Amino acid sequence: MGTRAESSQPTSLFAKALGFREFTLFVIIIGFSIILSFLTPHFLTRANITTTAIGLAADGIIAVGMTVALVLGGFDLSVGSVMALSGVVAGSLYLGGMNIWLAAIIALGVGMLCGLINGYFIGRVGLNPFITTLGMMSIARGSSYVVTQGSPLSLAGISKGFKFLGGGRVLGFPVMVLVYLVIVVVMDFAMRRSAAMRHVFYVGSNEKAAALSGIDVSKVKMGVFFLTGTLAAITGILTLSRFTVAAPNAGMSAEMRAIAASVIGGASLRGGEGTILGSVLGVILLALVNNALILLNVSVYWQDLLTGIILISAVLLDFLTHRSTYLTK
Amino acid sequence: MPGEVLLSMVDITKIFPGVKALDKVSLDVTPGEIHALVGENGAGKSTLVNIVSGVHLPDSGEMYFDGKRYAPSSPREAQELGIGFVHQETALCPHLSIAENVFLGRMPRSLSILADFRQAREETRKLLGRFATQLNPMTKVQDLSIANQQVVEIIKALSLDCRLLILDEPTSSLTELETENLFRIIGDLKQRGISVLYISHRLKEVFTVCDRITILRDGHHVRTLTAHDTTEDEVIRNMVGRSISTFYPEKKSQAQEEILRVEGLTRGDTFRNVHFTVRKSEILGFAGLVGAGRSEVARAVCGIDGYDTGRVYLDQKAVHFESFYDAIQARIAYLTEDRKEEGLFLNMAIQPNISVTSLENITENKLVHGQKERALAKQFVSILQIKVASLLQRVVNLSGGNQQKVMVAKWLAIDPVVLFMDEPTRGVDVGAKTEIHYLIRQLANRGVGIVLISSELPEIIGMCDRVLVMNEGLVTGELVGDDITEDNIMRLAATQRKETA
Repeated sequence: MGTRAESSQPTSLFAKALGFREFTLFVIIIGFSIILSFLTPHFLTRANITTTAIGLAADGIIAVGMTVALVLGGFDLSVGSVMALSGVVAGSLYLGGMNIWLAAIIALGVGMLCGLINGYFIGRVGLNPFITTLGMMSIARGSSYVVTQGSPLSLAGISKGFKFLGGGRVLGFPVMVLVYLVIVVVMDFAMRRSAAMRHVFYVGSNEKAAALSGIDVSKVKMGVFFLTGTLAAITGILTLSRFTVAAPNAGMSAEMRAIAASVIGGASLRGGEGTILGSVLGVILLALVNNALILLNVSVYWQDLLTGIILISAVLLDFLTHRSTYLTK
Repeated sequence: MPGEVLLSMVDITKIFPGVKALDKVSLDVTPGEIHALVGENGAGKSTLVNIVSGVHLPDSGEMYFDGKRYAPSSPREAQELGIGFVHQETALCPHLSIAENVFLGRMPRSLSILADFRQAREETRKLLGRFATQLNPMTKVQDLSIANQQVVEIIKALSLDCRLLILDEPTSSLTELETENLFRIIGDLKQRGISVLYISHRLKEVFTVCDRITILRDGHHVRTLTAHDTTEDEVIRNMVGRSISTFYPEKKSQAQEEILRVEGLTRGDTFRNVHFTVRKSEILGFAGLVGAGRSEVARAVCGIDGYDTGRVYLDQKAVHFESFYDAIQARIAYLTEDRKEEGLFLNMAIQPNISVTSLENITENKLVHGQKERALAKQFVSILQIKVASLLQRVVNLSGGNQQKVMVAKWLAIDPVVLFMDEPTRGVDVGAKTEIHYLIRQLANRGVGIVLISSELPEIIGMCDRVLVMNEGLVTGELVGDDITEDNIMRLAATQRKETA
């Protein structure tokens, strides 16, 4: 499927395996890391790397869903809010006396429901994804505030077992990062090989042609928004476990960071293009920039500014490479 | 006015990265001349007219317009000097009125700042009147047929005092009637001394309207022939560099048993009470004007769009396809007329474009089996003789004919029993067209029931064993064998139109 890989001709085998965009990003990340390790001794420490990895896992899981939505030719603006809502639902049910695991499962169901509602309106009714998910973004965020009355819920004294999800380690690896890795491996494989994901590529590439090839386009769309909602809810529950706090303002702008990371990783708003691996590299690059600012004592307010510059550079690069392929035709 | 020359191009050469698009091409157009430019896709016709209209600069060579050295640096400059260009796909603003489109960017002013719609409207009305069309200048362009949009484009060019009009494939989406009307307009332009550079794949039209024919092949100027001193055969020989003996494969109307029968199919006013049968090994033509309801009937039968009443029988059993997917499961397929918008996944590779319809057959445990997919694509690429560098090549980079074959391939992959083909040779060059015609006949010979929807009468007449003529949603007649003639079809396709209107 790697449509991007076919258009360019990377030389080494390694580059071929990664794809051109991914390879470029990989080189940039390695180069950036090397420079950073010379600039500060705190970068290449176990503590720093672990913290950064846990931090990017949340954005990363959401970006996996976003990449699939972008390949479909849409996007989901509600993921950050749905993430907050699922955390808040689990938290308040627990405080109301429910078993935390049951509460988490219900919260997961709430996230899935949000995704299904998005999918229904976009896929079956035919509403625009921007408007629909923008609406859901407000609804889910608003619900989180209503449920919590605006203040974070503290889940002090929650069971160790549940805390393990967000804060535990297995063989020294943070569980949250492992969950992210599992999702990445499964989804990356699915994107390359599964028939279901192939349908997402068809719809994203040309919706009308997909319908006129016998593909149930609305079912595909519903499936994708169900996926983004589910992944957002998983992120919300993991984050709740990590901080043991259900914050109604969790996941603020997560949708923007996810879109940025996916696009930097090669996904296109035109649909039909994008890889999970690309989104991982995009998330890592953004996290590295953030980490560098902190370690180098630069004001964290620079973060948004730099994210914007990187995003526009990536899109510009994409435009220039595409323009040349279209010009030769 | 023999001897006088309006536009003269001398030894024009244009090189794009990797290709010599034009190699010392010379051409001249006299005032009031209708000059045809023909050649296969990639012969350099587009490049040549793009140079005339100021889109590209030539790498070498000279041009003279009206006796003066001519080297336009932009389309706007060419326009101001009196060269109009009507593109194959019209470039109008759909939400604006005809008048606003004609005067786009140069609206007449009143009080120096306000747009004077009244004057624009009146001038547009005057221009429209020249072509005896009853169009209202205030009609929005999106409400016009493609033929009328073209008229608007021509009027727009004329309002700029154009002296040379370039028409690029103007009839590719017109019906026969609309085409005739366009020819009247061209004749009218000629009378006024306006020259036309006419690009077309359809030689019959070229011979109807053009005075001289310039043939390009692989960026070279082959010959310029006078229309009444040459034949279609000679032109084709020069275009392809070889002789094509017959355009159409031999008919074989050994009609066999019925596969599909449609009875009383109706949807509102779009189509009413449509009856027809599709037989094994037979090519059934759907003739008629654009908008007669032919595609709509095909799409309704295939479950793509619905219908109100009527029955469909497959192998004598009543069926009703709730979705196109259901029809595909019953091995009934519809090949769309719009391959770029509705047919192909242009930015994807050839392989997934072919396998899309039969993904289920090459999927194991929910995973697409890569080797089987490759084998499937390879099989149809070789059967259809699609010229590709690799199965992973993007479809957007293929020629029109090869793109069309990729689209056909995805339907052959389901091993169809009935195949509806909507304008299967639109926008493909002469050589590929013949290949596709032979392919269609081969499919029929292998037992497939073919329904061929075409707006090109020669194609209908040359290909079909039986022809159903539609007119404003009604089937107005069925023709078989020697009765399939241009006259008969046109009579059935057009007569009722005035009575009901």
